[in-house]
Order: sequence, then C-alpha cells, then structure tokens
Amino acid sequence: MSAIVGPSGSGKTTLLGLCAGLDQPTSGDVILQGITLSELSEDERARVRNEHVGFVFQTFQLIPTLTAIENVMVPLELRGESTKHVRQRAKDLLIEVGLGDRTHHYPTQLSGGEQQRVAIARAFINQPKILFADEPTGNLDTETGEHIEDLIFDLNKSQQTTLVLVTHDPELAQKCDRIIRIKNGKIDSDTFLEKAEVAG
Amino acid sequence: MSWSWIFKMAWRDSRSNRRKLFLYMAAIIVGVAAQVAITSFRVNLNQSINNQAKELLGADLEVGRNAPFEAELQAYLDSLSPDQAEMLDFNSMAYFPKNGATRLSQIMALQPAFPYYGIIETNPAEAANEYAINNGALIDEAMLLQLELEVGDSIKVGFNTYEIIGGIIDIPGQSMANSFFGPRVILPFQGIEESGLLERGSRLRYTTFVKYQPGTEPEIVVDELDAMRDSLDFGFDDVAERRDEVGEAIVYLSNFLNLIGFIALLLGGIGVASSIFVYVRQKIATVAVLRCMGASSNQALAIYLIQATAMGFVGSLIGALSGTLIQLYLPVLVQDFIPVDITLFISWTSILIGLVTGVFISILFALMPLLAVRKISPLFTLRSAQINLMRLLNRVTRFTLFFIVTAGVTSYAWIMLLDLQAAIYFTGGLILCLFILAGFAILIMKGARKFIPSGWNYEWRQGLANLYRPNNQTSTLLLTFGLGVTLISSLYLTQDLLLGTIDFEGEEDLPNLAMFDIQYDQNAGVNQIIEDNGLEIIQNVPIVTMRLQSLQGRLVQEILDDTNRVAERWALNREYRSTYRDTLTLTETLFEGEFIGSFDGYDELVPVSVSYDLMEDLAAEVGDTLVWDVQGIPITSYISSTRMVNWQTPQPNFFVVFPTGVLEPAPQFFATTVNTPNREASINLQREIVIAYPNISAIDVGQIVGTIREFLDRVTFVIQFIGLFSIITGLIVLAGSAATSRFQRIRESVLLRTLGARRRQVVKIQIIEYAFLGILAAFIGLFLSVGTSALIGYFYFNIEFIPNFAILATEVILLITLVLFIGLLNTRGIHSKPPLEILRQEGS
Repeated sequence: MSAIVGPSGSGKTTLLGLCAGLDQPTSGDVILQGITLSELSEDERARVRNEHVGFVFQTFQLIPTLTAIENVMVPLELRGESTKHVRQRAKDLLIEVGLGDRTHHYPTQLSGGEQQRVAIARAFINQPKILFADEPTGNLDTETGEHIEDLIFDLNKSQQTTLVLVTHDPELAQKCDRIIRIKNGKIDSDTFLEKAEVAG
Repeated sequence: MSWSWIFKMAWRDSRSNRRKLFLYMAAIIVGVAAQVAITSFRVNLNQSINNQAKELLGADLEVGRNAPFEAELQAYLDSLSPDQAEMLDFNSMAYFPKNGATRLSQIMALQPAFPYYGIIETNPAEAANEYAINNGALIDEAMLLQLELEVGDSIKVGFNTYEIIGGIIDIPGQSMANSFFGPRVILPFQGIEESGLLERGSRLRYTTFVKYQPGTEPEIVVDELDAMRDSLDFGFDDVAERRDEVGEAIVYLSNFLNLIGFIALLLGGIGVASSIFVYVRQKIATVAVLRCMGASSNQALAIYLIQATAMGFVGSLIGALSGTLIQLYLPVLVQDFIPVDITLFISWTSILIGLVTGVFISILFALMPLLAVRKISPLFTLRSAQINLMRLLNRVTRFTLFFIVTAGVTSYAWIMLLDLQAAIYFTGGLILCLFILAGFAILIMKGARKFIPSGWNYEWRQGLANLYRPNNQTSTLLLTFGLGVTLISSLYLTQDLLLGTIDFEGEEDLPNLAMFDIQYDQNAGVNQIIEDNGLEIIQNVPIVTMRLQSLQGRLVQEILDDTNRVAERWALNREYRSTYRDTLTLTETLFEGEFIGSFDGYDELVPVSVSYDLMEDLAAEVGDTLVWDVQGIPITSYISSTRMVNWQTPQPNFFVVFPTGVLEPAPQFFATTVNTPNREASINLQREIVIAYPNISAIDVGQIVGTIREFLDRVTFVIQFIGLFSIITGLIVLAGSAATSRFQRIRESVLLRTLGARRRQVVKIQIIEYAFLGILAAFIGLFLSVGTSALIGYFYFNIEFIPNFAILATEVILLITLVLFIGLLNTRGIHSKPPLEILRQEGS
C-alpha cells in the first residue's frame, strides 16, 4: 500500500492520473502491469483500466441514473460478462460493504458514506491488480471516513490488491507501507515504513 | 462492443431525464407533423385528381380560340366526334332589376350537353338540366346570397333578360377561386347573340368541348391538333394535359408548403442540437466515469446516440400521427382553389417519410454534441473544470459536421423543389439568416458584458448580465425565435407589399371606376350621363383593334415559321387595342426617340409610339417599320419612340399609341375612367349606364381591390398556417431551453432571497431579462424580414418596398409578450415558498 502525500497543488492528483493511464505524460513512460501506457490509444488504455485497475474518488463519482447494484456492475458488464453472474457478484460485494439492503437505491438516496461504499464495491468488482484512491475520505466526516478507510484496507488485503492512495491526511498515510511525498511536482521523499501489519 | 450493455445503459441512463427528453422531442414533433400533414395532403390530392381526371375538363377535349374557329379546325373536330358542346364566354355587366344591383360577371353561354363527365352542381339540383330548356340563368350561389336574390328573380345581360333558375355550386374543371374576380353566370347558348354583346370589339372566347368516340386514341388527336395549332391559332387541352397541369400546380404548391414546414423541422433540429448540448454537458461526469471503468469512446457515443435516435423516433412518431390528423383540416384551407373534391385517407407512405425525416434531422443535428462525447477524457473524474464541449472537437471535425448538415438540408430542399440551384439558394439563405442571428447574439452578449452602465440600479444590471452569463438563453432564443419571426413577418410584409401596389382608394387623381366596350355611337350618351351625375371624366380614350401584318418587311406568318425567331409569339399574333392622342399620359415616360402627337392621314409612314416591353418582345428598335391590318386597311408605320408605361394603375394603358389625325375614321370603341366620391355614387352611375347601355362593362376599382385583398388573404393564410408551425416550434424550443436552466435560476433567485432580496426585486430581474430577450428577438427577426421583403420586392416583383409600421409594431408587442410569458412561467412557484424547501424539491 502506497500513499502519495503533499500539500494542495503539489501534483498528487496529476501523478495519480498518470499512473492510472487517465492522462498522458509529456515525456517519459508509464508502465502498468508490464504494459507501456503511452504506446496505447485512449481506447486501449480504457481496456487496460477495465482489466487491471480499480478507482475510488473523493467525490464518489457514482452514475446518478443507476442504482447501487447497477453502478457496481458496470466494470464487469463492460467486459461482456453474463448479467446473472455479474449481478450476483455485485450483490455479494454490496453485502460485504454493508449495503445488502440498499442495492436498488439511487445515489441521491444514499448518504455520503453509503455512496463511497458503493464506489468501493465497484472498484473491487473486477478484481483489480491496482486500486487507485484519490482522497477517498476527503468529503466525509471523521467517523465515516475511518470506516471507509478500514473497508478499503480490509478489501485490499483480502483481494491482494496493490493500493495507491492520494491523501493529505498524514494519519492515513502512516497506515500505508510506503509514503511518497510530492512537492512542487517533484518527489520530495520516498519512504518505506517497516510495519508488522497495517492497522485496519 | 457489447451492444446489449450499451442498450441497457442507454435505457438506464435515461431514467430521471425522460421529462427533459420529452421536451427535446417536442421540438421534432411539430416539424414532423407539418411535413406529414402536407405530404399526406398531397398524396390525397393527387389520388383525387387521378380519380376525377375526366371531371377536370368535363369532356375528353377542350379547344378554345379568341375568335370563331377556322373552317379547317371545325371540320377536324366534326370528323373526330359528333358529341360536341359549344361555349362562348366573356365578361359583361349583369344587372339585377330586383334591387338595381350591377356586377361585372363572367358570362358563359353554354350548350346543355356539357359536361360530358361530372355534373354542374346547382341549388336546386335540377336547375343544371333546366336552364337551357327554360331559357333561364344559373348564377354563383354566393352572389345570390350576397345580393339577396332568389330563384325566380331576373338577371339582365346585355339586351336579354333571364329568369334565375338556380345557384351554381360547382362546375367541372373549375374551382371556387374562379368566381373571386366576378361571379359566374351560365346562360343558354341559344339566343346569346340577341344580347347584343357579341359585337365587334367584344372580348369573346370560343370553346368547344368534345367527347371522344370509342376507340379514339388521345395521343394521336394531340399530335394532329399540335400540327395545326400555330397556323390556325387556337389552344387545346385534353384530360391528360389538364391532369398534369393541375398535378404540377399541386406539386409546386405542396413543395413550397413543405419547404415552409421544413423550416419548422430545421428549427426543431436546432432545438434538438441545443438541448443535446445541454444534456451532454450534464453527462460529462457520467461519461468520464464510464471511460475510467473501461468504456471505449465509441461505446460512450453509442449510448447517447441511441438516446437521441430513440427520442427522434418517438417524437417523429407522435408528430406523424398528429400530422395525419392535421391533414383533415388542410382541405378546408385550400378547397376553394382546387378543382376536385378531395377524398381523405391515411397515407402510410407519408407517415414513413415523416418518420425517416424526423429521425434523420434529430441525428443530424445531434451529431456535433454527440461526437464531442467521444472526446470526454476520463481525467475529468479527477478535474472538475468547466468544459466547452465544442472545443473538444477539432476544427476539421467541426467543418466536416457543418458540411454534412448543410448537405443534408440542401438534399432535402432539392427533393422538395426539384431544382438544385433553388435548393442551394434556400440553404444559403437559411445559413445566412442563422449566421446573422448567431452573430447578433454574440454581439449582444459581448455588448452586454462591456456596456452595462454602472449607474443603473442592481435589478437592471443583473437582468442585463443574465444575457451573457453561462447557460444563458440568448443564442437559442435568437436563433429559433428569430428565424420563425423572420419567416412569418416576411409573409405578412410581402402580402402588404403586393396589396400596396393596387390600393388606389383615396388617391384623388386616380380613377376608381373604369368603363369599357363603349361603342362609338354610345360615347356621347355615356359622357352625358357621367356629367349629369356631377362627375368628372378623367379619361375618355378611343380604342381601335388591329393586328400586326408585317415587321421590317417580313410577314408575321413568315416570322412565326422561322425556327430562329427571337420575337415572342404573343406579340406577333395578338389582336392589338391601340389608341390615338397627341400627348403622353401621367403613367408614361418617354424612353427613346420622339413622341409625335399628330400626323396627317395614313397613306404615308405613320409615326407610332410603342411601349418598351412590347418593343423588347418584338425584338424591334426605334425606326423599324410595322404594317398594321386595321380591320382590313393596311397602315404602314414606323417606331418613332418608346415609352416606359406604369401598367399598375387603374386606367387604360396601351402598347401602341398612334398620333391624332390617322385613326379617327376607323371603327372604334371607347373606354372612360371616372373618379366617384363614394361607393353609392359609383353604384348609381353603374346602374344608370347598364340600364341605358347593357353592353358596357364597368370595373369598380374599390371592389376589385377588396376582392384581391380577400384572395391574397386566403392564399397567404394557407402559407401562414404552415409557417405557424415554425413559431410553435420556436416557442417549444424556448420553453425547453428555459426549463433546462430552471434549477440554476431557482438557485440564483433563492440565493438572492437568502441574501435579503425582496420577491419584487427578484421578479423584476427576470422580467428585465426576458423583456430584453423578447425585444432583441423581435428586432432582429423584423430586421431580417424587412430585408427579405425588400429583396423579394426588388428582385421578384420589381416593386419598391415601404415597410408597414403598424404590422411591425403589432409584431413587436406580440413577441415580447410571448417571450415574457414563457420566461415567467418558467419561474412559477419559486417566490412563494421558503428557499430551502425549493432547493430540496428541485435537487431531487
């Protein structure tokens, strides 16, 4: 689990976007799972994201016209997997994040914390190799934020995913194995923390 | 590409947006309804014409001439068939002794065998079979009602008096419009000579209707008559030609109406484009997330293309069904102008065409915002910057799309007009209008941004600022409303332009009553009656009939036979009605040469003055010699001068004017013009003259102007009815545009109220904004319509255009009221509730 930290405007989100293949570097390469992203077209990068990547955003980024379960189903439906199988898997994940009784609610009918849970379920449905989280608790109160953090870490552990987390919260960063500090668009420090296990 | 997921996603994503999507659809509904109504109507009309083809003529063949048939022609017709019915038609005054009324009428002296197909519909029905037997008259039903006449009353035509046997409702091959310019009167053919109206100088049309014998081949008859036409100087029509003529007229009319309706569809397309833009803008976050999840750009495009197509299809379907109902009303508008009974049925082809056109337009105009969807980057999930959708497309794409849309519109116009050049002009004109409107909108927004006076109070500044703020409606309103206003206003102004050329009432120097066919020995008596009524004769002109015998030494027949002839046939073949005088009149201007007012005798070369248009059509020049056959006497003349003649005045004007001293001994008749102070004086004079001299006809200018006005009103009403679809579409698009910005407006007004603004202040800001929008839309629309009407007047009618400010002022008031109404309707219910309650309601 890696945390990217830095003050506002330091380039954390930009770095995240580059790593996830959402953006193109002006020079150099980004290699994700052995694939050089800059050699791919936008659609090819989309396919790579669908195969290998999960996202959790600060603003949840749920599709407002889809129910909770439909939001979670999107990544696997894009692959063309059978609806019955995808629906069951999405339901299981929603139960795992504690929203088993809210599967047919729309985002506007859910609280902030509930929306983020749906987003987490969506991020994990395609069993990604890497999960990118951009300030996942930034829009939540402290208590809810802590629950969300625990959820992300638990799922990350159980699914054996690499987590890359952007945050300006030093406490959250301390829960990760590696902290990369960014300042003015440059890496200021890159520290591996020695821990027996990550608190969750 | 997983199509199943794409369709599922398109359906799911449309939830909670379906009400908005309906508004977008509504823009298409009206345009498609107009298209289907007109196309269905044309199909119905053509079917009716085909079913009633023979009744268009009432016979298999109609042959006509302005003089008795040559023996050779009559012999040919006799060999063709013994079933012939003759008709003599001419204009003459009809006098009604019951109430002393007079009317210039279309007299048809008809043999009762006509019609061979169809019937003359009368009231009572048996009158059509009885008029000839009982030597009675049939008169237009409308005229009977107007003059409060009944069956059994009498009508005097010339020296003959007839009993009115019945009212004419319908004559095969004629529409009600035929009676607009003079009621129709059917008299028995037998005995018409005794009316004294068939004298030299009367304008008579001789017609024979023929019913073919079994086995006659119409094409052979047409070929044989064609071969004789020029030498024997006659015209003819058979069923096929009449059907083609009527059908062609219907095609031109419906194509024209279709184009007008197409403008409504185009406005709908603009509405769709602006709506889809707003819609896609709201979907940027959704598309960005989908791209993050792994959706390709084509998958994202496909989702919204499906929504746009579905919206277009449903809208077109509703429009097509509505149009099918509307077509039931169209016959009411045009029946008076159509010579067949219109049978209505559902035209599935028209519905299909409407569907295809509606969907095509929806997709065409949605292309630009939809293609921008492909360019929405997944990075927008991380960045929440304001995105300009248009800037996502590169210049080449934008130009290509613009070209595709233009080509699509031009193709449709080409199909309608059957003329590529006209289609290009149509599209070019539309694009020019839209550019001017869009340019004006940009100018207003930039101007409002820069020039809001800081000294104005807050409400005024805020109201003006709303013209250029993000999500403003300035462009949408000016484009859609402006185009609709341009169209409708142009129609009104052009109609007014045409009427202005014939509105002579109140002009004291011009005559308002013209009498003609006054025989030589009647002239003094007529002048005396006029003077006895205390009226002044404005003109009393002699008229001598003559034909052109040769031009520059070549006989007319020789010129006609010349296949390289430049001179127009009508100018060579015509029976001229010339006059003689020693001065030019007020309606003439000398163009070239010398006007010679008097000359001694006709044995030498007589100098004549020829009108400029006739000289062009004769391909002649000043100095050329013309030999005239003046009722058997040849007179050699030369063109001494040409005149520009203002033909659009209610007084006699002449192609050829002789000097005095030449034609005085020739057989002649007179035309006299008078200015009467009021309607009663005009009626009294006409009555006295018709009683004393039944052969004399009178044109009451006031009545003619009224009739033309009514005729133009009826014609333009049809066009305006279709044009109304454009206005309705404009209103729908405006309402849709206003609705999409409702939440933003509500938030703004709630914020203002939270900060302490009173309800009155908030409403005032909105009134100011919409009043400005209404004024701007009215101004630019009317500016364009004045320009369009001026161009039409200059290039097409050759008339100087003077705008009618009463029409313009009325339109301005109406438009502003409409825009204000829609705008304020949009903000209903937000001023009376607490701010938080409103935000909660609208947010959900």
